[in-house]
Amino acid sequence: MSEQTEKLAKLREQARQIRRHIVSMLGEAGSGHPGGSLSAADIVTALYFDVMRINPQNPDWPERDRFVLSKGHAAPLLYAALAERGYFPVENLRTLRRLGSPLQGHPDMRKVPGVEMSTGSLGQGLSAANGMAIAGKLDGKDYRVFVLLGDGEIEEGQVWEAAMAAAHYKLDNVTAFLDYNGLQIDGPIDVVMSAEPLADKWRAFGWDVQEIDGHDMEQILSAIARARETQGKPGIIIARTVKGKGVSFMENEVSWHGSAPKPEQVEKALADL
Amino acid sequence: MTKKIATRDAYGAALVELGQKNPAVVVLDADLSKSTKTYNFGQKYPNRFFNIGIAEQNMMGTAAGLASAGKIAFASTFAVFATGRVYDQIRNSIAYPRLNVKIGATHAGLTVGEDGASHQSIEDIALMRCLPNMTVFVPADSVETRAAVLAAAEFEGPVYIRLGRSEVPVLHDEANFHFVPGRAIKLREGKDAAIIACGIMVSAALEAAEQLANQGVSVQVLDVHTIKPLDVEAVVEAARTTGAVVTAEEHSINGGLGGAVAEALVENYPVIMRRVGVRDTFGESGKPQELLEKYGLTAPDLVRAVHEVLQRKVRGK
Repeated sequence: MSEQTEKLAKLREQARQIRRHIVSMLGEAGSGHPGGSLSAADIVTALYFDVMRINPQNPDWPERDRFVLSKGHAAPLLYAALAERGYFPVENLRTLRRLGSPLQGHPDMRKVPGVEMSTGSLGQGLSAANGMAIAGKLDGKDYRVFVLLGDGEIEEGQVWEAAMAAAHYKLDNVTAFLDYNGLQIDGPIDVVMSAEPLADKWRAFGWDVQEIDGHDMEQILSAIARARETQGKPGIIIARTVKGKGVSFMENEVSWHGSAPKPEQVEKALADL
Repeated sequence: MTKKIATRDAYGAALVELGQKNPAVVVLDADLSKSTKTYNFGQKYPNRFFNIGIAEQNMMGTAAGLASAGKIAFASTFAVFATGRVYDQIRNSIAYPRLNVKIGATHAGLTVGEDGASHQSIEDIALMRCLPNMTVFVPADSVETRAAVLAAAEFEGPVYIRLGRSEVPVLHDEANFHFVPGRAIKLREGKDAAIIACGIMVSAALEAAEQLANQGVSVQVLDVHTIKPLDVEAVVEAARTTGAVVTAEEHSINGGLGGAVAEALVENYPVIMRRVGVRDTFGESGKPQELLEKYGLTAPDLVRAVHEVLQRKVRGK
């Protein structure tokens, strides 16, 4: 196996492990959002296990790359990645959504090391990412800011205010991912609120746009590499994904946006993974 | 003749002073920098000034991101847009994560004047006061404004600073002024009644106290520049000393200073009380002074309110 093949295999295995955590912790919690956590698992795995310059022993290291989970309901995904990366013990994942646990239903930056921004109310993460990116440029730091947006989330007007500003301020240290799984709570996004032509919209706002398969680790890594090279404008990677990816009975099922699996369903899901 | 300066002008000057002192200070505005006076900071420190355009939600979120990376971010626009328009952004991106964002909200209250009700913020104190982690300053004059801005930069956490468009009398002596966040300032001693005021109503309160003194009524005046955390001790002391309290604010009588004082007194030392403020109605276009008169926010209105509480006090509630 070549080095690259080996790396990709490792990342795929890591993503599988993270998906298993997501299913288990949601089963344990009895509530939460599996669909959109599973759809973005490969992207977040690539970021935390290959791309980002981070130090779990020193979560506040000023030079670190930042990740903002703008679609905060995918908290289980972020927690699983942080735990696997060593920010806190993996056993703590079982406390998701429990009274007194730092693992809130939506991420709280004051409670969990490695969480860069408290999110949950949709549409706000890109603005925060812009602020971090501006601060980096002011301070002459070369860290990068990654942000994960939901496809339903971009119906929020603030996203487009932030999109305009990121281009205006030439924030080429910002890379956004759009988790394009095609479903939101009330149904398919093109039924609830048409978003297409998505790539054209972002291009018109002054962004560098790439479109990839969001479950293809190789495409994810090469898109990020290209985004790194892009000068003078922010980049967005529109990642085609499958909601509930990896769990047969959850895939493309909108009902799994915001309901947790029961114990027997957890078992079935883990068997799939 | 007392010197008059708008608190927004003092805000602009204080930001420039702060920018010189502290390189971590950055300023954001939403296309109103010439009115909010952040323009001056932008001229002096262009690299640390960010016009976000007419996009207040993004301005608050960007300020939060800057603060998370170690900046002291001042975000400014008119009070009506700096609160209600961006309430959720302040709540979820600033107050909940306790980020170091200072909201400099100008053109608060009725004295925006001719722009009318759409631009007259009469509920912003209430909105900001009920957010956990938020500190709320309502300076009475330019001296207090400068002190509040400098103080806000000294501690970590979100602050709302409420400022006005119109010129107001300078009440404090810059050289001998001592500002402690959360500590009210007793501007006048008195034993019959107390006027507890904030913002532009502090000078009206002093005027009213003077008129009442001429009528033989002794009135204490308390300048509450910090609505949150409220100086409960000073408020209770004023009630204990006088037994009759009038609050005065250029804000709705619901949820602002009057609400805060009422809450504190009901739980600690209930006395006869009357809230002077905008009586649960929107404003309208007009000259600032005309509006203050029409909506009952002048010294004579405070004099009447004091007489009313005194009568009720004598009758025994």
